[in-house]
Amino acid sequence: MCALLAALAAGLAFPAAASAGEPTGDATPKVDLVLDVSGSMRTRDIDGGTRMAAAKQAFNEVLDATPEEVQLGIRTLGADYAGDDQKTGCKDTAQLYPVSTLDRTEAKTAVATLSPTGWTPIGPALLKAADDLGSGEGSKRIVLITDGEDTCAPLDPCEVAREIAAKGIGTTIDTLGLVPSTKLSKQLSCIAEATGGTYTSVEHTDELTDKVNQLVDRAADPVVTPVATEGAAQCTDAPVLKSGLYTDREEFGQERWYRVEVQAGQELRASVSVSADRAVGPDYGTLLRAVTLHGREIVRGEAAGNGRTDVISTGLRYPKPERDDDDSDKPAAETVCLQVTNSFSPAAGVKTTPGLPLELTVDVVDGPSHSADVASFGLGRGWWLLGLLVLVGFLAGLLWGWVSRWRVAVWRTN
Amino acid sequence: MRITRVLGTAALLFGLAVPPAAADSSPSPSASSDAGAPTSAGTSFRTATEFEQGQDATASASTGDYLYWSFPADAGQRPTVKATVKLPDSHAAQTWQVDVYDGLRRRQACQYGAQTRTAAQGASSVELTCVMRTVRAWSEPWADDPLPGTYYIRLTAVNLTTADLGQPIDASVRVDSKDIGGSAAVDGSLAQPLVPGIAATSDSGDGDGDSAKAAVLSSLEPDDGWASGWWSDRWVWTAIGGALAALAGVGGYALTRGSGRPRRMPPGA
Repeated sequence: MCALLAALAAGLAFPAAASAGEPTGDATPKVDLVLDVSGSMRTRDIDGGTRMAAAKQAFNEVLDATPEEVQLGIRTLGADYAGDDQKTGCKDTAQLYPVSTLDRTEAKTAVATLSPTGWTPIGPALLKAADDLGSGEGSKRIVLITDGEDTCAPLDPCEVAREIAAKGIGTTIDTLGLVPSTKLSKQLSCIAEATGGTYTSVEHTDELTDKVNQLVDRAADPVVTPVATEGAAQCTDAPVLKSGLYTDREEFGQERWYRVEVQAGQELRASVSVSADRAVGPDYGTLLRAVTLHGREIVRGEAAGNGRTDVISTGLRYPKPERDDDDSDKPAAETVCLQVTNSFSPAAGVKTTPGLPLELTVDVVDGPSHSADVASFGLGRGWWLLGLLVLVGFLAGLLWGWVSRWRVAVWRTN
Repeated sequence: MRITRVLGTAALLFGLAVPPAAADSSPSPSASSDAGAPTSAGTSFRTATEFEQGQDATASASTGDYLYWSFPADAGQRPTVKATVKLPDSHAAQTWQVDVYDGLRRRQACQYGAQTRTAAQGASSVELTCVMRTVRAWSEPWADDPLPGTYYIRLTAVNLTTADLGQPIDASVRVDSKDIGGSAAVDGSLAQPLVPGIAATSDSGDGDGDSAKAAVLSSLEPDDGWASGWWSDRWVWTAIGGALAALAGVGGYALTRGSGRPRRMPPGA
């Protein structure tokens, strides 16, 4: 009876649980291509043509291949102001084509008008590009194509990227460098890593086309959008989570608490990933603990590592046994507190806010796992087993034979 | 597995004392074609590209990228992950690593195989292998034994110079399993495999029809579905053992009776 009630309660709990982590409403994937139109794009070093010509050709091919469902926009940086004033030059970013359902001819005409002109204000352009993409549930990608590092210090484009990632959920910045130079590689890969994107160094037109196409297609792939949540400093104030995918931010050395309701006979599965979106110390770890309301630890997941990484992750599962009839006075649901900590350390000179991106998956599934025996159903296997069975069988036969002979002998003497 | 079952039943039916070596372990059928093999990789656990065991998943990417794939593995299998990275023409020495994580994103140990390998300067490719532990049907919640469910592969360069960042590479991964069979069988099973997001998908799967293209964290199953966990070759071993024991019993009994008439009986009695 209790099991039935628990099952009913679980059934009631699930529809609400399913809503978390599912895309709702406006889930159109959006891509904003940010193209550097600074003066240096005039250099002729890509397949014999100028960098600008290569970019234009690549854009034409990408615009032809863009999937229908993707909303695509184009933003330029350094396209209009050719002067020497840094202040004006660093504001020089413009929306060439708004992020919308693509009109291929119109977009191509717009691209054709571009000619290399001014500065390289990467930071401001990224900020504006993030605004172009707006809100919305779908995946959002910024693809930055540039041939030189940012000329608009002190605004660090790396930090701008981190802020963009912290503001909007699921915004990724991919970077493409047109000329291999150590400084450019460093800056562009820093921007990419801050948002979980990729950095590619490009030396040929077809490489550029393939990569941009790949990135646009990637945006079109449906992915689960996580739900933003904010963990508390202690369990009593923690948000109650249902099954789903969540995202949060956790600063260096901070604790985050969440709560999950688990019915008797259900299993809680939780996993957590803490991303290193900036330069961090070489040794790091993360700890996920499931704790009762009274502070007793049920189970923990821990992970540690060293070296270059994008993420450190761990998980745990907690099967809550079915209720016996005699403890039916206890409540059917148990509140489990989940504590997440990380032991990342910031590298020298790295900003510690906003916190590191944290991804949490919660699954509450039916049925606790159970085990009765190490061997499957108490069955055995192997030659020793066969030998033993044969020996026992033989001895039993022998004994049976002797006993029956003895009985016959007794019967005969009588 | 099915062949083993049929063979075992046949052996029982005819009372043949066939040593059950045939029931030991058969190589897993890796007949899956490469038709649906993915040609790209994800960049995080959330976006990992799914592929089946026996497929060659490929991706063109850049040095410094973190490449993610996922595959399903079932109880009794011992998966081997093989990754090959084709490096650009000129590069400095760089170290590559393949990591395997389970459905709870816990890092899984490799029993043996070159999980990390350094490609010398200018080397054209690097090959990595990870032989995982056998996937068990059940384990204690406090253990991190491999359990049936989704597994993630992460392939990345863990040590490289800044000059090598962003260079084009081609990566391919393949997973094949050895069927370990009944020696790894345990009495117990998970109610649901360790597939991330299974609580959401098992609920929304029925009912609304527009869930066809809805995004899920993981959707792949093994070719013949998740094993229910009751079958293992231990049934064959034990049954044959029982049959042999019965035969030995008959033999033992016959020994005590001797052959034909007892010697002490007078002729014509």
